[in-house]
Amino acid sequence: MSQVNDFAFKIATVNGTGSASANTLLMTSIFRMGIPVTGKNIFPSNIQGLPTWYEIRVSGDGWNARRAQIDLVVAMNPETYKKDIASVTAGGYLIYDSSWPLPADLVREDITILGVPCGKMCVEAFERDRDRVLLRNIVYAGAVAALLDIDMNVVDELLKETYGRKPKLLDANHTAVRLGYDYTRANLQCPLPIRLERLDKTKDCILIDGNTAFGLGAVFAGATVGGWYPITPSTAMMDAFANFCKKYRTTPDGEKNYIVIQAEDELAAAGIVIGANWAGARAFTSTSGPGISLMQEFIGLAYYAEIPSVFVNVQRTGPSTGMPTRTQQADLFSCAYASHGDTKHICLYPSDPKELFDMAPVAFDLAERFQTPVFVLSDLDIGMNDWMVPKFTWNDGYVPDRGNMLTADDVEKLGKWGRYQDTGGGIPSRTLPGSGGKGAYFTRGSGHNLNAAYTEDSAEYRAVVDRIALKFTTAAGEVPRAVIEKAPGGSDIGIIAIGSTNGAVREAIDRLAKQGVSCDYCRIRAFPFGADVVEFLESHEKVFVVEQNRDAQLRSMIGIETGTPFSKMISVLDYGGLPLVPRVVVDAVVAQMAGVQQ
Amino acid sequence: MTSIAKPPVRHPSLGKNALGFTRRDYEGAMSTLCAGCGHDSVTAALIQAFWELDVPPHRAAKMSGIGCSSKTTAYFMKQSHGFNSVHGRMPSLTTGANAANRDLMYIGISGDGDSLSIGLGQFCHAIRRNVQMLYLLENNGVYGLTKGQFSASADVGSTSKKGEPNIQKPIDPALLALSLGATFVARSFSGDKAHLVPILKAGLKHNGFAFIDIISPCVSFNDHEGSTKSYKHTREHEVDLAPVDFVPLRREITAKQGPDAGVTSVTMHDGSILRFRKTAREYDPTDRGAAASHVRACSERGEVATGLLYVEEGGEEMHALNRTVAKPLVELPFEELCPGNARLQELMAEYR
Repeated sequence: MSQVNDFAFKIATVNGTGSASANTLLMTSIFRMGIPVTGKNIFPSNIQGLPTWYEIRVSGDGWNARRAQIDLVVAMNPETYKKDIASVTAGGYLIYDSSWPLPADLVREDITILGVPCGKMCVEAFERDRDRVLLRNIVYAGAVAALLDIDMNVVDELLKETYGRKPKLLDANHTAVRLGYDYTRANLQCPLPIRLERLDKTKDCILIDGNTAFGLGAVFAGATVGGWYPITPSTAMMDAFANFCKKYRTTPDGEKNYIVIQAEDELAAAGIVIGANWAGARAFTSTSGPGISLMQEFIGLAYYAEIPSVFVNVQRTGPSTGMPTRTQQADLFSCAYASHGDTKHICLYPSDPKELFDMAPVAFDLAERFQTPVFVLSDLDIGMNDWMVPKFTWNDGYVPDRGNMLTADDVEKLGKWGRYQDTGGGIPSRTLPGSGGKGAYFTRGSGHNLNAAYTEDSAEYRAVVDRIALKFTTAAGEVPRAVIEKAPGGSDIGIIAIGSTNGAVREAIDRLAKQGVSCDYCRIRAFPFGADVVEFLESHEKVFVVEQNRDAQLRSMIGIETGTPFSKMISVLDYGGLPLVPRVVVDAVVAQMAGVQQ
Repeated sequence: MTSIAKPPVRHPSLGKNALGFTRRDYEGAMSTLCAGCGHDSVTAALIQAFWELDVPPHRAAKMSGIGCSSKTTAYFMKQSHGFNSVHGRMPSLTTGANAANRDLMYIGISGDGDSLSIGLGQFCHAIRRNVQMLYLLENNGVYGLTKGQFSASADVGSTSKKGEPNIQKPIDPALLALSLGATFVARSFSGDKAHLVPILKAGLKHNGFAFIDIISPCVSFNDHEGSTKSYKHTREHEVDLAPVDFVPLRREITAKQGPDAGVTSVTMHDGSILRFRKTAREYDPTDRGAAASHVRACSERGEVATGLLYVEEGGEEMHALNRTVAKPLVELPFEELCPGNARLQELMAEYR
């Protein structure tokens, strides 16, 4: 069985022992060989000591979903040997550290077990304890390079780029990688049937995670204020924003054209974002589900007082603390309908880091145009994993849409002005504090009329909230449209999905087509749902709604918001906390179709 | 919050400030608080202070949370933007607004419920960040809008209107602000405008977070015999440690206002002079530790220490600490903020 450029391998290590650099080295080497590659880090909520895995999928065809079958496991953590050995697909391979014997009861006959004495070689080659632990990872990287036929020139080049300024480190890493590589070449049959061959499919691509992508996008979109509270898996986003600002927004005198404020909690983070937007800055926060829970009160204020604000939710698994280092799409309700009273919010559903970058200016534009909170729903998979995506580009002709913002002169010309009067499509006009003239008004979360004056009058209250509802309807026509991919000749079966499951769903559709089941695909990119989504729902007899939560939140929202009969929407739910694998979708569709035929 | 528009009557004889505004130009909507409410006196003192300081009304922003005190932002300076937000969250909102536009004069008005219970964390952290703002805590020891529950500033033994004594120890916001490193801490009394106005002016001119605890009695729920936040009790137990005279930058110091033996001067950020007279011989409002122990000692004797409790000029407010550009962030043109595609393409090479 030869699987050139089409396999997946998994590295099992202990958290906090330095395996990340070895895993990145392997993944980047493959990427530099021009072969499409994806990495999924499956890590514990822990700083040091618990098991951690890194899955790398190689796909010459460019599929980027997580793969169910693992063809090779690099088992470097004896604690998880049992689980790791069991996870190798039949006919696959296992590498273990043969410095210590593998327990006989774990040996499987249907896989090939390969021993590389990584630990022993490190003890012989390196003096310091710390080097022996850290460099053991580089040794297995060398072994994997030999087995998969990774170009060692690429590996050397990468090591040089990483450690070029630290000759001692470079030397040690170089020695370690060679130890693994040379031992494996000398003692094991190399390469394996699962192996790599150079391609030319990655030259216009980058490897990047979503948190970095949005942090960068926010810099380009003109955000100047970040208010946040650290929370996994979103923390790296504000760090990225601050780092890019440091790089691009520091004056020659060392002064900052930005401010990032680490708040005392998520409530304050939301307050900082709303206060800054109220004063006229583009401000955002990065958080995760628990943070969104804490921000609910402030979100209602921003909604009702009509203050732009951008909330990025890098979703993680579960209610309460849940599983902070696992992924899910389970905050669809808590964002779309955040806060008490009648509220509905614009939500964006990016599918990968590239789209997250592209959606940064879109999120700020929508927030300011509609003077309302906008949620960007990333997830741990997009946020923290490295994705191979096309290089980002920026349109230098972009002008921020600041919405209907009036100066003192504008207000003077109008003669009579009311902050919450409809100026078209339900959208009001606003002035900024400090603008002067007759544009001063009182912002309040309490009942107010179209002129921003306090009210407890039913008709006046309704006039404002009905206009806000109209604004939401208008937004349905201005949010990013769904991405619709039709099967050749079209199909009666539709599949709807959002966000990070895109790769798995597209691959599932490809496999289904090969099995004779053709499906059309609609990837929803925003809430409120546009006419294109409604049209897709209406034009398909049966629609599978794929989402990563237990309660079919997307399906419910579609039913509630579009009136689509629930009976025609079949849920495909995957909520164990790991990135979706295509098989889940294929199996669900096939099972349903089989049932129908009976 | 609740507000009734005032008739725009002009009195030609009213004095004008340097901007040509009369005090009426600094007024807001009609108060809907109870007749005799201490908060209305604070509002009047604020109008006086802003007028005397020649602040262009539109260059101020009035921030508040929820409660009787928080309503008062509607009752002065109707030409300023105001923000009546959510309970206990005014400090973070003001932090954000100040982050975006550092050129405005921010005045946050809060109460003992808003600042010492639901918003205690936000109050503390605004001090830590040293947000440039004047923070007033209109302190009456009671929840008025929900009809008379004790607040976290109620003294042990102080009785409710129904006669029940408070049993939990109070939080003294001035002592808290001192321990958190606030660089301007004062206490005043809404019943003494002459005392309050100079402190407000000094607080508005302070470089950094200026905190004033203002005992402001609730006539409906906490002005009875047995209350330690009533007009009577405050008048009888007030000990003025360091009354303040504030001399703005542009006003000449006349002989009458000139130095005298018991007066100490502090030059403020903009060159204005803050003068205070130490009434207690051993009191020094520039010594944080001594100030805190003196205020605590007063409190243990059942006295209400008022005046300028502590001042420290020359500190670094939030933007100075951050090294933000002098120009407000909201005024930076987009071209200065967006690095552009050429630099993006250079960056992309690092992700290969």
